Amino acid sequence: MGEHSRLCSVWLGSETGILKGVSLSHRQAFNFCSVNQLSRDQEVRVLAWSDPTQSELLLGLVDGSVRTFSLEKGVFTESRSLGDPVEGCFSGLEPLPGGGLLTCTESGTVRVWAETGTEPVTELSAGTSVCRMRRSPVDAQRVAAGGKENGLKIFDLQNPERPVFTAKNLRDDWLDLRRPHWVRDLAFLPDSQKVVTCTGYHQVHVFDPATPQRRPVLEAEFGDLPLTALSLVPDGSAVVVGNTQGQMAILDLRKGRVRGALKGLSGGVRGLQCHASRPLVASCGLDRFLRVHGLEDRTLQHKVYLKSRLNCLLLSSKDLLGGGGASGEGAELEEVKDEEDDVWDALEQVEEQPSKRKTTEEEMQTERKKKKKKGGGV
Amino acid sequence: SLEVSHPINEYRQKETKMEPEASSFPPTFSVSEIKNKQRRHLMFMKLKQEKRKQKMQLKKKKKKEREALGDKAPPKEVPKTIENQRVYDETTVDPEDEEVAFDEGTDEFSAYFNGLTNPQVLITTSDRPRGRTMRFCRQLATVIPNAHVYYRKGLALKRIIPQCVARNFTYLMVVNEDRQVPNGLVLCHLPDGPTAHFKVSNVRLRKEIKRRGKDPTEHSPEVILNNFSTRLGHSIGRLFAALFPQDPQFVGRQVATFHNQRDFIFFRFHRYIFKNEKKVGIQELGPRFTLKLRSLQKGTFDSKFGEYEWVLKRHEMDACRRKFQL
Repeated sequence: MGEHSRLCSVWLGSETGILKGVSLSHRQAFNFCSVNQLSRDQEVRVLAWSDPTQSELLLGLVDGSVRTFSLEKGVFTESRSLGDPVEGCFSGLEPLPGGGLLTCTESGTVRVWAETGTEPVTELSAGTSVCRMRRSPVDAQRVAAGGKENGLKIFDLQNPERPVFTAKNLRDDWLDLRRPHWVRDLAFLPDSQKVVTCTGYHQVHVFDPATPQRRPVLEAEFGDLPLTALSLVPDGSAVVVGNTQGQMAILDLRKGRVRGALKGLSGGVRGLQCHASRPLVASCGLDRFLRVHGLEDRTLQHKVYLKSRLNCLLLSSKDLLGGGGASGEGAELEEVKDEEDDVWDALEQVEEQPSKRKTTEEEMQTERKKKKKKGGGV
Repeated sequence: SLEVSHPINEYRQKETKMEPEASSFPPTFSVSEIKNKQRRHLMFMKLKQEKRKQKMQLKKKKKKEREALGDKAPPKEVPKTIENQRVYDETTVDPEDEEVAFDEGTDEFSAYFNGLTNPQVLITTSDRPRGRTMRFCRQLATVIPNAHVYYRKGLALKRIIPQCVARNFTYLMVVNEDRQVPNGLVLCHLPDGPTAHFKVSNVRLRKEIKRRGKDPTEHSPEVILNNFSTRLGHSIGRLFAALFPQDPQFVGRQVATFHNQRDFIFFRFHRYIFKNEKKVGIQELGPRFTLKLRSLQKGTFDSKFGEYEWVLKRHEMDACRRKFQL
């Protein structure tokens, strides 16, 4: 169990309550389940790393409990009941640097919990509906939340009564009607106080609390369907969004334009994350697949079938393809492989039965390349 | 008389010199180089006959060889069909898979499959239906037990759905019409279930079916679901199965078949009779139509804000002829 969990570089939570770990280098997926009998109450809603060393995972479940999973041992170590299913599912779960936990439910209550104990230390209300709550990576006390008809609000945990920043709704449209507002996902831009949100009305907004302007600083649109997930590219110049039909796109945050679309998903996107160092983005959704696309060429690099609908995903910062190791070793390995490649190319190819998955992926990639060539010709 | 070198003379000379076995057409010969249409047609006919003759000779030879070998003959080659060459789909359901079994056992249809609810179907159409669509709806209502047809008075589906739920309906079927012909079907499982949107084609009403039997009776039909192998196929199969009441001790000899081939679902309704243990006679009753899945949405009908489990994206999914989704 422990050796399987140490191999995995992508972690996903599913609707059946199973935590799935996927190792892309070994092309294997593992199921980790806390109880012997599966049940829909254990549906995993949010996943978070419990500390910057990424040695433990926090899972927020539908029945209001939070479980801790240890990557070294490969088992669930702890379970705390931190919420009531009446209030709705978790819409945010973050660890605090001091050792506590920050949770938020869909009904809008944000709670700070100490490491042990059943009563929250602080409690604040972030509105009537909160679809997503996140903590700033720069300042541990700043928390942003937003939901349906509930604009972006940024709170300081030390003064929980009033929000530090409340976003104003967009100007009325050309018929003087109030614009509806539905924040589905948000993220803090690195090294600044700005926040990017994506809405259920296919808009992407950037807010800057440092300026006196409470309306969005940048507004961009993609598609006609609600955007459900958002992830920032590590350098902060672009953002990847996904909508309910599985259309994903990379939007440029400097100009507000769509840089390109990522193809392949057939169902609604529920979780998106960009890798911290490599130009890769992992996506999961209702079509029961984990897909990894490259950000620069926007091609599908990996596709893994995981049998339940997936709710959320987390990437570990270790290398996705191949185990850890110094870059020097990596270069040596590559050189050796080149020589071997020449030898292999000289031999005839023998068809193998078990590589059906590989052949379908290769076929898809070659077909895509052919299509691109045809499109270029026409 | 002078012998002028003319293509037709050359051809006639070639014909007289022709041997029974060898081909009279040189390999570089192409019919399209002849400008005269009649001559080109003649040459094409000759070419075709020649090819057919060679093919028959080859076949005879192979048959003789096969008979000569007797038992040691190699097995007959199976012709390649698109179904044979189907690309293996990784979402094909393994019957022993526990995770998929749990997923199916606790999904939105679990109430029906555990025997807790009886299906009640509400059939309606798009606004102002005409002609064939109304007749189609009425015939569907005779085929599906516990089905009621209601006239759509221009009401919004999102408002109809809570009322249906309150009146214990389990399915809402909306037949979409275009130019007096049904062309779409929205099938919504009611309490909070998935909504499937299909394209309907090739609708044949009862009058148009040749050699059909008498009208269907009130008995509940048996249901046959063919060839739903992938995970998506399973979901759609269960969607169709939950339309009909479950009764293992069934009475009546009617059967409704949903046959999936190449992602098209063919619906047929028959009455069968066993003449003896090995022979069955069937009569086609009822309407016949073809469905193609366009999207499967999680939750009740909400095309703008609902989350889609599967959407047909033609340019991505129909690129490979041998890859199917259901």
